[in-house]
Amino acid sequence: MDMPERFAIRVRDLVVGFGDQVVIDHLSLDVRRGEILGLVGASGGGKSVLMRTIIGLIPKRSGEIEVMGREADPGLGGRRRSASAWGILFQQGALFSSLTARQNVQFPLRENLTISETLMDEIATAKLEMVGLAPDDWDKFPAQLSGGMTKRVALARALALDPGIVFLDEPTSGLDPIAAGDFDVLIQTLQKTLKLTVFMVTHDLASLNTVCDRVAALADGKIVAIGPMGDLLTSDHPWVKAYFHGKRSRMLRPAKD
Amino acid sequence: MSSQPLLNTISNGDALLLRPTGEWTAVNAAALEHLFDGIAPQLRDAKALTIDLAELQEIDTLGAWLLEKISRRAAQAGRPAELVGVADRYAGLIDQLRQVNRRKPSGAARGSLLLARLEDIGRATWGAREDLFAFLQMLGALANALLGVLRRPRSLRLTSLVYQIYRVGWQAIPIIGLITFLIGAIIAQQGIFHFRKFGAESYVVDMVGILVLRELGVLIVAIMVAGRSGSAYTAELGSMKMREEIDALSTMDLDPVEVLILPRVIALVVALPILAFLGSMAALYGGGLVAWFYGGMSPTIFIARLHEAVSVTHFEVGIIKAPFMALVIGIVACSEGLRVKGSAESLGRQTTTSVVKSIFCVIVLDGLFAVFFASIGM
Repeated sequence: MDMPERFAIRVRDLVVGFGDQVVIDHLSLDVRRGEILGLVGASGGGKSVLMRTIIGLIPKRSGEIEVMGREADPGLGGRRRSASAWGILFQQGALFSSLTARQNVQFPLRENLTISETLMDEIATAKLEMVGLAPDDWDKFPAQLSGGMTKRVALARALALDPGIVFLDEPTSGLDPIAAGDFDVLIQTLQKTLKLTVFMVTHDLASLNTVCDRVAALADGKIVAIGPMGDLLTSDHPWVKAYFHGKRSRMLRPAKD
Repeated sequence: MSSQPLLNTISNGDALLLRPTGEWTAVNAAALEHLFDGIAPQLRDAKALTIDLAELQEIDTLGAWLLEKISRRAAQAGRPAELVGVADRYAGLIDQLRQVNRRKPSGAARGSLLLARLEDIGRATWGAREDLFAFLQMLGALANALLGVLRRPRSLRLTSLVYQIYRVGWQAIPIIGLITFLIGAIIAQQGIFHFRKFGAESYVVDMVGILVLRELGVLIVAIMVAGRSGSAYTAELGSMKMREEIDALSTMDLDPVEVLILPRVIALVVALPILAFLGSMAALYGGGLVAWFYGGMSPTIFIARLHEAVSVTHFEVGIIKAPFMALVIGIVACSEGLRVKGSAESLGRQTTTSVVKSIFCVIVLDGLFAVFFASIGM
């Protein structure tokens, strides 16, 4: 494979800010194809801003963002193409509350493809089954779904068009440890079956440890450490140290093995 | 860039060999479905079916599902399809799709259209009965909360009450003044225009006076308040319900009716008569101005005629209705607000229902009052 093809997302020298405040400061980041990258960072430290800039919801000040070898331009023309290039799982699911679970998954299919109603129904059902939603929940409205089911439906919707990349914004937040563990396994399975590149913003140390191939730490608007979980645990950066060796993360240790 | 998907069919006697090539992905969805529709009839006649995936470039869920559908069709006819040349990178996906779409949600039985219509009518009728119950229940809860407040006057939420009066009363004055002013002016103009034919222009004052004071002043103001404040009440209470704020109140041993609804309803009951009075005055003012500039009737004469034409009774008949209308608007708005369920759509639906219902109730109430006042000779 040639060089640029190896990377699903390439970010170079990115600067993003609001008013006087610079949130992302000359940041560079590569996400390899077919990997699960976890992004950690302080609350309010710009993780979501970085994700939203890559998907074009927030304009950048300068720098380059390449997605699947193509310049991702948050201009008017760029948005349309990206619908099938990536899927996004928002933190609260962001399901359309006036549509049922199945209709939510059908929505991107309906808007982007010209296929028959039957096929659309079958594809939507297939996706819902792939994320493990029980048949009785397919025709429920988002208000009737539990937190875990909402995330599953949202993931099914994000995967509706078989995108190459999925962005997950805190996929396990608000889920109990069992549901969170199940969701981690689901992400891993789907990543293998669908050959996805996963960009995951998370605070869940367990999912960082079990799911992610590499972890990137964002501090002071830059990526201060990136690599497999083991590398980050031995990193010297003070913030990274505090994050992985703080009181709370130590509390997790004995429970893990 | 993306190569078109194709499905090569090779018939070997009774055996059928399918060889998909190109990109079987969602981007080519329309072409793929066309291919599928084209192959479907041939599947019926073939004795044996082999699908060779060796030349396939790219496949995703959509393509894999169509292939799975082809092999299911064949399996239904008693000839299971054989899949060969499956590359490792998408073997998992194809396996996964073997499992899907085999189950159906339980209890999805659908009756006939006529039955569904009848069911709708039945449910709506039953719903109207429930609406009445909800109204009476809210009236009772309010009376109960009011009794509680009368027993312990300190439990009245004074700050909230004053704030609500400020919102639904004081802040509504400009728009209500403007609208009623215009209505008064329009009635006067139409009256002068048409009465002039009979030379009865001076009776315009009687018409404007009686109409505005008895009926229109309070009715227009009540309808405007229902649209302006009733909808706001429903939306506020509805979003509080959605965010579990009302449940939070209950768990702190506070009565949501006493804390949230009583101040709002009292505020309406206090504000609506005042607004109705101001509205009536604005309408008379508008009528007077038109009579002066358009009808050439000087203000002195207008006031003198008005003095003759209307009595305090007319004003009383109008203003007595105001607090009752306010009560109806408040109760409908608040009980609709509490019926909001989790979704944004439900909030919108309940707000619409609230406004439509309270305007309907206000007009029906006005009719009942007309009958009542006529029979007691007021």
